Amino acid sequence: MNIVVLVKQVPDTATERTLSPADNTLDRASSDGVINELDEYAIEEALQLKEKHGGEVTVLSVGPDQASESIRKALSMGPDKAIHLNDAALHGSDALQTAYALAQVLRTIEFDLVVLGSESTDARTGVVGAALAEYLELPQLTLASKVDVDGSDITIQRATDYGYDVVAAQLPAIVSVVEKINDPRYPSFKLIMAAKKKPVEKLDLAAAGIEADRVGLANATTETVDFAAAPPRAAGTIVKDEGDGGQKLAAFLAEKKFI
Amino acid sequence: MAEVLVLVDHVDGEVKKVTAELLTAARRIGEPAAVWVGDGSDGAKASLAEYGAEKVYTAPAELNDYVVAPKAELLAKLVEQTSAAAVLVSATTEGKEVAGRTAVKLGSGVLTDVVDVTAELVAEHSIFGGATITHSKVRTGTPVIAVRPNAIPAEPAEGAAAIEEVSVEMSDAAKSAKVVERVQQEQSDRPELTEAAIVVSGGRGVGSDDFSVVESLADSLGAAVGASRAAVDSGWYPNQFQVGQTGKTVSPNLYIALGISGAIQHRAGMQTSKNIVAVNKDPEAPLLEISDFAVIGDLHKVTPQLTEEIEKRK
Repeated sequence: MNIVVLVKQVPDTATERTLSPADNTLDRASSDGVINELDEYAIEEALQLKEKHGGEVTVLSVGPDQASESIRKALSMGPDKAIHLNDAALHGSDALQTAYALAQVLRTIEFDLVVLGSESTDARTGVVGAALAEYLELPQLTLASKVDVDGSDITIQRATDYGYDVVAAQLPAIVSVVEKINDPRYPSFKLIMAAKKKPVEKLDLAAAGIEADRVGLANATTETVDFAAAPPRAAGTIVKDEGDGGQKLAAFLAEKKFI
Repeated sequence: MAEVLVLVDHVDGEVKKVTAELLTAARRIGEPAAVWVGDGSDGAKASLAEYGAEKVYTAPAELNDYVVAPKAELLAKLVEQTSAAAVLVSATTEGKEVAGRTAVKLGSGVLTDVVDVTAELVAEHSIFGGATITHSKVRTGTPVIAVRPNAIPAEPAEGAAAIEEVSVEMSDAAKSAKVVERVQQEQSDRPELTEAAIVVSGGRGVGSDDFSVVESLADSLGAAVGASRAAVDSGWYPNQFQVGQTGKTVSPNLYIALGISGAIQHRAGMQTSKNIVAVNKDPEAPLLEISDFAVIGDLHKVTPQLTEEIEKRK
């Protein structure tokens, strides 16, 4: 079974994240780039499926030069190879344009399954899995907390407010995963060393068959008009519990008319 | 005036609060038309009319047998039929997916997790864990916008809510992911987490899978119960109640955090709450910085006293 796992480099949420005033896009230089957290769960799931069913795991990432670091890191968890779509013309692409670009690359690869994190920690749009299914006309098996493959049958548990839906489809399919699905492995020293030798195929727009007018800031379907720091919250009241903390809290809630 | 399509969120015919919020937002833009998938639209007519829905397009329950795609086909078809000015859906995980697929079908732009939207379709986002506010617009096609529940206050206004049945021919592609079973894991009388006006969440400080101290306070306030990632990862509370970056985003009128330090992971899921209250042993907990009222102390002492005080005042 051949699996493509999508990996996005995002700014580390532990650092201060900003937009760049020049064009209102993400300022990638101002904070460290890391693998989007949910993508690690996607990689883990892809590796577990490979361990059960055989085949190959390919990392696919769209991003600028510095995304190579995250691709290496992804490979050090165990995937076999990677594809890096990198072109200056992709700068400022919105979520749907990115999904389109990914779909175009996927059209050139033979795969049984695409696995991705259900959303990224930077833009958090949560649309890429669904948009990929739409572009490629493949089954949308998103928000998976469990994946089972049996021959060409695939079944997932799709997380819902009330529990989960069991969803069935035929391969090939698009699977997005939620955090509950597994515990991502830590790369071993041996795997980290091995990852340095794994092939990373570099593609630009032309090589991937992506029309330049379908991607990039100038052709984006959405536009960030402006941004500003959120107004700071007024400093609140902090009290130390001296046996009456609960009563003081109740008084605050009463003053705010919650009780 | 152009129609604005609002995809209704309902559970077995009972309309969720977010739909009233979306109808309120839709009235700023044009004439709200509700889009109902499944049975029960007759019974819900009054509650949709109350928030200004002029029309209710209803589609058969069969669309719910497949993941997301049929709803996108329905919305795209209605946009083309009605030349709608915009499509509004709730920014739940599924709502965002419906928005994405609908936008691809229409060749439109999509904005998700919006906290406000103007008559001119300028959308506000609260990003980076609430640290930054942005304003965005859709540049291409009919805007498809997913609005965060609890972000826009619902205001009543009378509408006709004229029901119009829509026939839908689902494509084979839309039927490729079939829901074969729905599993109810949690049955409680508490409000749904993203919809609740008050949320009481427990974190590492709760100390065990005995969440009764959190649940009792929540029940005294008619609130939903949430949990931090630390509590969920420890197996103390089920995953679907996790608030934060990799869980649910909530925006209630009152958020009470019990034993939650407030790492960025957590704040990303609750920072737009209107009032924030914290109980924590650690005076350095980052959540205190954004709290309107905080008690430094043991939540196992402070919380029962608070619950008792609330019960007394009832």
